[in-house]
Amino acid sequence: MAGKFSRPNRHGPRKPVAAEAIVLCLICLFCVFPFYWMVTTSLKTQVVALQSPPAWIFTPTLANYWEVLFEDRVGASLINSLIVAVATTVLSIGLGCPAAYALARFEFRGKKDLWFWFITNRFVSPVVLVFPVFLIARQVGLRDTHLALVLMYITFCLPIVIWICTDQFRSIPYDLDEAASLEGAGHWRIFWSICLPLAMPGVAVSAIFSFIFSWNELLFAYILAPKAAKTAPAMAITFMEGYDVPYGKIMATATLIVVPVLIFAIIVSRHLVRGLTMGAVK
Amino acid sequence: MTTRVRASTIAAFLGPSVFALALVGIAPLLYGVWKSLHFFNLTKANQQEFVGLANYATVLTDPVFWQSMYRTAVLFFVSVPTQIVLGVGIALLLHRPGLGALRALTRLALVLPMATTYAVVGLLAQVMFNIKYGVINQFLGFAGIAPVNWIGDPVNAYIAVIFWDVWQWTPFVALVMLASLSSVPPEIEEAARLETGRWWTILRHIQLPFLVPGLVAVLILRTADTLKLFDMVFTMTRGGPGSATEFIAILIERTGNRQFDIGLASAQAIILLVLTVFLARAYIRLFYREVR
Repeated sequence: MAGKFSRPNRHGPRKPVAAEAIVLCLICLFCVFPFYWMVTTSLKTQVVALQSPPAWIFTPTLANYWEVLFEDRVGASLINSLIVAVATTVLSIGLGCPAAYALARFEFRGKKDLWFWFITNRFVSPVVLVFPVFLIARQVGLRDTHLALVLMYITFCLPIVIWICTDQFRSIPYDLDEAASLEGAGHWRIFWSICLPLAMPGVAVSAIFSFIFSWNELLFAYILAPKAAKTAPAMAITFMEGYDVPYGKIMATATLIVVPVLIFAIIVSRHLVRGLTMGAVK
Repeated sequence: MTTRVRASTIAAFLGPSVFALALVGIAPLLYGVWKSLHFFNLTKANQQEFVGLANYATVLTDPVFWQSMYRTAVLFFVSVPTQIVLGVGIALLLHRPGLGALRALTRLALVLPMATTYAVVGLLAQVMFNIKYGVINQFLGFAGIAPVNWIGDPVNAYIAVIFWDVWQWTPFVALVMLASLSSVPPEIEEAARLETGRWWTILRHIQLPFLVPGLVAVLILRTADTLKLFDMVFTMTRGGPGSATEFIAILIERTGNRQFDIGLASAQAIILLVLTVFLARAYIRLFYREVR
């Protein structure tokens, strides 16, 4: 690595490049260090985790993972998280793609207001909805079910899907629709057989976004699903209760939660900014 | 390019989404408005009583509510400018040519914090900021600084929340700014570089106009996220110690979930919603005018 940093650069003198390389490395370290600490802590026994000052070199153990997965129901909560996140994603895509197609291709009155309302949902704090939903769910027997969480996660996943896919459908040349229309294809057929296959990149990116958002959510999960449908983030915080906080177990659970989203985030990293800013920045 | 089609076709395409969002987004909201007009405490569930706007009057004259709003505002005004300054700096650094592999690696590293489960970020803070076993105090020890009681002290806990917010969202700002910098036409930038070697002049006169849309987007999204901020703080401090880190979303959760006062919590929530919609409207006015 050292050789690479000191290589002269055609754009500038030697010294600033070395300084730049050091700063870039520091930025990387700053971003990654908490994850390093999370993973190493998850490999510590409670005795090692409670050393002061903290130990950097120790004998790693997988016991925490074993315990949380098979004794503390974190395994079950991860499965709950997976069910909820996948169901939310499938539902958001299923509902969102036709809506996005309509917004991209059709002209009708009130389109702007509809668009505004869809997107506003992205801004609304979950804490605004959570108590009314809690009361309703209790009334209709949806409390502590996957369905309750899936329905609530639609409020922020569907707008994301609609936004990203509308943008994607707009980028498909309209000539294709016209050609198909002359051949006698109806709107559904054009949508399903021509535009949707071409929009797959956008559909995939928005699917990953809605998976990440549902997987990460805590407040609805914490209030609406206390036992049977408990998701992994809600499970992780239950370890904080009590006097003797099991740091290794908490970090093992945290690692299990975070690894899948980080993999997905890296897959969509090129689109992350666009998705998070709802397209204000291309 | 768009086309006029029959209303029934439009309804078929859009109907399911509209129905779903109305069901899960609007119906609970209306129910929340209705409940906010009642005295309704879960511990005295059979004593529900219509009280008109009394809950709103209570909230708007409640110093606890305003303190919480103030705390949220201070968080915003400290951490967001910090994120913008650091983010623009990082973006300028990444925008320079050369060191391709290292820059690509840094871009990838920047993606990680903002995707991390917020609840996990809070849990990580618990571990890293711990007074006795925490690695942050170990680092401070290397610099000769005595252990700091991060989570247990009101001021320090607030600082720790700001630090963590900066950790998680500076990369986001940096990537938005980097995307904006890439939208500057290269020939204009090249010409400016031949004129002057000073990065400040180029930033001020050439790049800044291209950064403005991204900056406004960052400001408004960070406003919405600060008003939403719950998971990270809840797992880190539960709003404590005392109420030192009780931001608005935490206050509403405590009122409804730990004091069981659903009526009051609903009134707080509706006030927060009005504020949010007002801000969202401003945002969309600024950015989505081109919707056809």
